[in-house]
Amino acid sequence: MNSSAIGSAPTRIEGPAKLRGVAPYAMEHPQPDPLYGFVIQSTIIRGRIREIDTSVAERMDGVITVLTHHNAPRLAVDDDNELFVLQNAEIAFRGQPIGAVVATSPEVACEAAAQVRVTYDEQPAEVTPGADFYNPEQVSGGFPADTAIGDVDAAMAIAPVTIDHTYTTAMVHNNPMEPHATVAHWSDGTLTLFDSTQGPHVVRAAIAPLFGLAPEQVRVIAPFVGGGFGSKGEPHANIVVTAMAAKLCDGRPVKLPLTRQQLFSLAGYRTPTSQRIRLGAHHDGTLTAIAHDAVAPTSTVKEFAEQTAVVTRVMYSSANRSTSHRFAALDVPVSSWMRAPGHCPGMYAAETAMDELAVALGMDPIALRVHNEPEVDPESGRPFSTRGLVECLRTGAERFGWAERDPAPRSRREGRWLIGSGVAAATYPADTSGGNSARVRYTGDRYEVAIDAMDIGTGTWTSLGQIAADALGVDPDRIELRIGDSDLPEGTVAGGSSGMASWGSAVVAAARAFRDRFGPEPADGAEITVEAPEYPGRENFSTHAFGAHFVEARVNVDTAEIRVPRVVSVFGAGRIINPRLARSQFVGAVTMGLSMALLEQSEFDPRLGAVVNHDLAGYHIPVNADIGDIDVSWIDENDPHLNPMGSKGIGEIGIVGSAAAVGNAIYHATGVRVRHVPVRLDDLLGAL
Amino acid sequence: MREFAYERATDAGGAVAAVLADPDAVFLGAGTNLVDHLKLGIIAPGKLVDVSGLPLDQVTQLPDGGVRIGSAVRNADLAAHPAIRARYPMLSAALLAGASAQLRNLATTGGNLLQRTRCPYFQDSTVPCNKREPGSGCSAIGGFDRDHAILGASDRCIATHPSDMAVAMTGLDAVVRVLSAVGERQIPLVDFYRLPGDTPDRDTVLDHGDLITAVDLPALEWASTSTYRKVRDRASFAFALVSVAAAVDIADGVVRDARIAFGGVAAKPWRAFAAEAHLRGRAATEENFAAAADTELADARPRRQNGFKIPLARNVLVATLRELSEAR
Repeated sequence: MNSSAIGSAPTRIEGPAKLRGVAPYAMEHPQPDPLYGFVIQSTIIRGRIREIDTSVAERMDGVITVLTHHNAPRLAVDDDNELFVLQNAEIAFRGQPIGAVVATSPEVACEAAAQVRVTYDEQPAEVTPGADFYNPEQVSGGFPADTAIGDVDAAMAIAPVTIDHTYTTAMVHNNPMEPHATVAHWSDGTLTLFDSTQGPHVVRAAIAPLFGLAPEQVRVIAPFVGGGFGSKGEPHANIVVTAMAAKLCDGRPVKLPLTRQQLFSLAGYRTPTSQRIRLGAHHDGTLTAIAHDAVAPTSTVKEFAEQTAVVTRVMYSSANRSTSHRFAALDVPVSSWMRAPGHCPGMYAAETAMDELAVALGMDPIALRVHNEPEVDPESGRPFSTRGLVECLRTGAERFGWAERDPAPRSRREGRWLIGSGVAAATYPADTSGGNSARVRYTGDRYEVAIDAMDIGTGTWTSLGQIAADALGVDPDRIELRIGDSDLPEGTVAGGSSGMASWGSAVVAAARAFRDRFGPEPADGAEITVEAPEYPGRENFSTHAFGAHFVEARVNVDTAEIRVPRVVSVFGAGRIINPRLARSQFVGAVTMGLSMALLEQSEFDPRLGAVVNHDLAGYHIPVNADIGDIDVSWIDENDPHLNPMGSKGIGEIGIVGSAAAVGNAIYHATGVRVRHVPVRLDDLLGAL
Repeated sequence: MREFAYERATDAGGAVAAVLADPDAVFLGAGTNLVDHLKLGIIAPGKLVDVSGLPLDQVTQLPDGGVRIGSAVRNADLAAHPAIRARYPMLSAALLAGASAQLRNLATTGGNLLQRTRCPYFQDSTVPCNKREPGSGCSAIGGFDRDHAILGASDRCIATHPSDMAVAMTGLDAVVRVLSAVGERQIPLVDFYRLPGDTPDRDTVLDHGDLITAVDLPALEWASTSTYRKVRDRASFAFALVSVAAAVDIADGVVRDARIAFGGVAAKPWRAFAAEAHLRGRAATEENFAAAADTELADARPRRQNGFKIPLARNVLVATLRELSEAR
């Protein structure tokens, strides 16, 4: 397909509307005479509600109703415990929704919620892993929990150089800028939701059956979303509570945003992980054993089995290899997707261990990785559709100035600062989801292209239009894109870095079918809806994006303050649809990786069963002063085996491996190997 | 948020009278801390008396060579004031190390002194906290205490005071001018804050209706060689793990005098009298700086997660004194 629009770098078409504040986010959709909801949460970890006294709240001026398990609408299905709320008195984690106040103003709703008195019968709870771990049927993403090829133990026993360490990652929360929020409105038995979501069709599919509705009786609208990072990839209980509240309010719309604090128990998070990595190698760097064993908690409410060790299945060649996942089910809030689930924490551990092996071997860490580059996918045996890792490593080394590096730790100092550099690889699956359809309609000399795709701040409004323009062979300004509405043809979730590939495939298929049927000069009103076909031959390949991060870290010898003035990241991520928007995605994800490496930690107090630093004053993400020069670029790659665009997803790979590169740079600067993230000054202070 | 009455004061005496007349009334400065507390349900006053518009927004020279800072002077204005920058650089630096530019543009001198701890348990009305609800217990003890006090804490409260500005002012022997129904009185800042003891709910010695009208900085010629060093995980917009305000008077390689205060280590800005005494008359060497720090920190008590603050405070003080001694 010709590509005059793809590869160009227009600015976001919705940018002016956002700047002027007229692009409506969930809470901003104008509603006639709206009501406001506020969620009431349990203050015990586990047990039963003995009594919930709403009398004071109900007497307050402006309170319309107080929703509890006594009066909440009965839900029709109970296949998802996270969504099956207010149906009984059971408490399964601290922060669980146990009711909601609906009032004429948000202030009254909030104050009335504080006046609801609850007594409980508490039961013993388990919120930290003990000795019991279970083996899940499979892990998130549909991967097998365990894999094994050859004999790792035997290979480790005879390997001349081995690494065997356990790495841990902190509990972290997605914290999108726009909190989760929903406006619900019932009318004639149908439900309309303005929601902050990554997938209107996903929300519709989950919510409709809960209320005994057909999918067509629920409409989910989300033209603009202020970030999600996975936390809006699946609906959470707040949407159900909002729909219930609205159902009790005689057709008046109810607006219910979660507070920042509430996000820490109701909107998913990345669990802490503990990962043992074993590597065995010959003196020349040839890997003979790779084992990656991951342990993590999950919630008793709903299993989320993060696929932490899956990255190791595609990275390096080794005759002997194994991966495993074990979980502890705890009385904690429900964990969920967070940017590059599995791959992000997994690659932190795996690429730190590779750095440790390079040090043990006295080998350059880039050379070690290149030396173990597999010819085919080391577990599936399939060829890679494209694999740009080596080129990314070499290009990045050049841009970073890696050749000038003295490999000895603690070899560079300027004044009171130790300076080091580190490298780590990145990878993320290049997936396409099935079930996407797009509609093309010609009207008024413009092409309306409609699909329930999502723009969660990623730039879909612009980039999907570029794909449509090329597929139809017209200028982008003749495309009228419609996205973010479940009444449009089905689009899959903006998640797993699969959105653009999936929606784009449908748009290209629809455009081609449109031209085939109506030719270059269609009649006004000509219209066609087409489902994206499977891309032929794709299943024969192992499909992944790759990348490499290079980080300069500085550590103060007096205070152990850690600063990262410079990052170079290079990606092999297929054809880049819009370089400007791609750069924004990559820089954002690398920033989030630095954040994971140095700052983010949800401080979970096991006595409370809750995160105590539950706001953005206590939960630190980087500010401008923390971020220096992030130089992102990509190699020239056009993958012919994935989709009509030749593209791979780019939303997540930037966070994968970047935390390891930071840790490796800190090691090089100081000679201190920290095996957890975040790395903070307390980890280094005594060792400088 | 509970409903409250709002009244804009037009003169200081009227403001004091308005608050004294209503046991449920509090003063409102810029509100950068108080309004958060209203939203979080930490306090629920019946009336706010807004003093941010009182004519107390001037920085003036005092006849004895000192400076008077009106309580409504904004943090950003104070940091940029030529007299402060030239004569008390550690105060200017401390102000600029605090919060964000937006908050500094709003926050006032009086309000900054009276901001309350950022202990997360204090800020969560669903958990026990002796500072918020006397007698309910201290959730920080045995919990997340990485940010908490190593000096002057009690078994009732281990919270720290969050202000940067107050640390520098404490080092400068600032005096707080307070108006009450019986007239104006002066309270040295070193006596202004209370250690928690058995009553951690009381942060300061102020009584209901006491209004801060100004802060006086005494003349201190050698304070022109002073600085503020703040250590935190994030490069900006974070409270101090440990901070140091320091001024030194060094002649012929000997410390004639020093003013030192720590932030982030106690329920109040921690004036390091012992370290100052140790330095006076001794050679300005790294060994003496370290010994001075050790003397001050001899009684420091670590909690579960904040033991690093002891070596950190030591190192920061040594580094700061080294920098000042080299700057001369």
